[in-house]
Amino acid sequence: MTGGAKASGRGGAIWIVAEQAGGKLAPVSVEILGRALAMAREAGGREVAAVLLGKDAGGLADELASHGADKVFLADDPRMEPYRNDAHGAVLARLIARESPEVVLFGAGACGEELAPTVAARLDTGLGAHCTSLDLTDGGLLMMGVLGFGGRVHTEMFCPARRPQMASVKPGIFPPPPRADRKGTVVREDVAALLEGEKIRLRAVKVVREAPEGVPLEGAEVVVGGGFGIGGKEQWTLLEDLARELSGAVGCTRPALDEGWTPGEHTMIGTSGKTVRPKVYLGFGISGSPHHMVGVKDAGVIVSVNTDARAPVFESSDYCVVSDFRKFVPALIRGIRKAKGEGAGEPSPA
Amino acid sequence: MGGFHIVVLVKPVPDPECYDRVEIDPAAGVLARQGMPSVLNPSDRHALEEALALQERYGGRVTLVSMTPESSAETLREALAMGGDEAVVLSDRAFAGSDSLATARVLAAGIAKVLPFDLVLAGNESADGGTVHVPSQVGELLGVAHLANVIRLEVDADGSVRARTRIENGYVEVEGELPMVLGLRREVNTPRYTSLMGVLASQEKPIRVLGAEELGVDRSRVGMEGSNMRPGKMSRPSFCRKGERVKGDPEEAAARIVGILRAEGVLG
Ligand SMILES: Cc1cc2nc3c(=O)[nH]c(=O)nc-3n(C[C@H](O)[C@H](O)[C@H](O)COP(=O)(O)OP(=O)(O)OC[C@H]3O[C@@H](n4cnc5c(N)ncnc54)[C@H](O)[C@@H]3O)c2cc1C
Ligand SMILES: Cc1cc2nc3c(=O)[nH]c(=O)nc-3n(C[C@H](O)[C@H](O)[C@H](O)COP(=O)(O)OP(=O)(O)OC[C@H]3O[C@@H](n4cnc5c(N)ncnc54)[C@H](O)[C@@H]3O)c2cc1C
Repeated sequence: MTGGAKASGRGGAIWIVAEQAGGKLAPVSVEILGRALAMAREAGGREVAAVLLGKDAGGLADELASHGADKVFLADDPRMEPYRNDAHGAVLARLIARESPEVVLFGAGACGEELAPTVAARLDTGLGAHCTSLDLTDGGLLMMGVLGFGGRVHTEMFCPARRPQMASVKPGIFPPPPRADRKGTVVREDVAALLEGEKIRLRAVKVVREAPEGVPLEGAEVVVGGGFGIGGKEQWTLLEDLARELSGAVGCTRPALDEGWTPGEHTMIGTSGKTVRPKVYLGFGISGSPHHMVGVKDAGVIVSVNTDARAPVFESSDYCVVSDFRKFVPALIRGIRKAKGEGAGEPSPA
Repeated sequence: MGGFHIVVLVKPVPDPECYDRVEIDPAAGVLARQGMPSVLNPSDRHALEEALALQERYGGRVTLVSMTPESSAETLREALAMGGDEAVVLSDRAFAGSDSLATARVLAAGIAKVLPFDLVLAGNESADGGTVHVPSQVGELLGVAHLANVIRLEVDADGSVRARTRIENGYVEVEGELPMVLGLRREVNTPRYTSLMGVLASQEKPIRVLGAEELGVDRSRVGMEGSNMRPGKMSRPSFCRKGERVKGDPEEAAARIVGILRAEGVLG
């Protein structure tokens, strides 16, 4: 059993655990690397390292280095692909115990969300879940902002005595860093040695990735959100028309997902879904539950359209339109076409 | 053999319908929970449903285990009305303030008390803390295989397991053998309704209460003292924005919003 360590000196390394699939780094891995680099800078310089587990993943290790990681620990081995929490957990726990970083950050995608608590248990250390902010104090303490109660409660948590201090971060919380074109060192690990004596019990027999329908929510400048108030699959196409007009993505609340109006789980926004940060969020037929609004709180501008003048969503919106979306959305599409058409000739109405 | 012994981890939580009204005591920076009824954590109903379906198929025993103040025993009775043979409540002042790992330590000790188990089913996440840590950490502490984000489960009579776990834009099929600890997402099944018979039967079902002493846990390893994570003050994040009312009929309001889209530079 690998054990973690007690807090000791300052200035230790900041690590991120990178996630990859299908020959690509998960965007969240680059986002947390950006936060790690910023914290290292703010602390007056600390080593930033990434850990990458996979098969034939050398190219991605170089990519992490070029994003600014000083060092990349690469566990490149057939046993590291596909992901399983026991094999990955064992390798990570041993690497961490050997190198004693001060801080380890995980992306809280589906795999990282499971891997982080697995490793924290093995190392007997603290883990902040789905952090919305991460800051190092002068004393080297990682302050982790976390939300609970569907986004209604915020608290800062910290891990005073055990090391490393660990945190997970959902996709979309931190902006990706600019490409640094740096050259870090890639350290190739002996996976067989790291797995020695470990019992690997799980077999991942099939990995299925469906190409998601529609424009991805991640990175979209405009997100059109629909809620239960849309009332049916047919009306839902109005939102898709609007999004197309703005080259935006369509997201939804949980009731809209449950009704089957949207292409799937990957379109849900909120505590159990995605966090988006578009320039503009346009919400229709959404009541404004914190479970949903926490996922759009970083949007530049929030416009909400609701028939109920007293809908709570208006409190957390910049612009409030009391209207039936069935009347408003066609009017908005006409207005957008007109605005875009100015100088380019009037396009035919829908 | 007569089926499996399945442990279901259930957590009473303040009713998620009330989170709009959560109040923080500003001086102490702690939650003021008064007036929030406690309910069974939503995803735990799916864990219990899965256990009951396996019990119907193979026989065996279903035990509910919860770390919760004794005052929440009522919620456990409600869970027992849905099904299950007995409940074990792990309750002690010493458990208060446990972080996820300390919680998992108490639960693992509780599960050890109802040994031998074949399968531990948990919800994937709680509605209040919502860390999604506990299932994996219980698995680690018990030293058995574990999975989170399970959306489909098949268990054969010989104890071989096929689980489907959710990943971004897809899923993974994982195989293994019992014993296991699994965190189930709500997609996994549709929980049954509680029947009147169930309510009546639940009155007869035993609820055992165990404290730190009976569990044999080291008090310095549980509760606030035994937690690696410490909380700072709580606050209510404000999602408040300027809330400007856009006036006029749909055409006029739309024109205003077009102006805003243009100002934000998203009109392409
Ligand atoms: C543990 C947990 C996790 C959750 N996670 C999430 C999450 O990640 N994301 C999420 O979204 N939810 C989540 N929820 C659910 C959440 O609590 C709310 O129930 C949900 O967000 C409400 O969705 P809604 O606004 O679409 O529906 P409703 O609350 O039903 O609101 C519908 C709105 O539409 C308006 N309306 C009706 N007709 C029209 C019309 N013609 N034109 C304009 N407006 C109209 C109504 O006035 C109303 O305000 C979670 C819940 C729990 C318990
Ligand atoms: C706002 C807030 C933020 C928090 N952030 C963190 C954090 O970042 N790190 C941290 O370590 N702790 C954190 N905690 C504390 C954490 O919520 C508690 O330790 C809690 O006892 C266990 O975690 P959970 O409720 O998040 O469980 P989850 O891991 O989300 O629960 C998953 C499943 O485990 C089972 N389960 C969980 N708790 C119990 C129980 N008491 N009895 C029976 N079954 C149970 C249930 O089946 C549940 O569905 C936070 C608490 C709050 C209120």
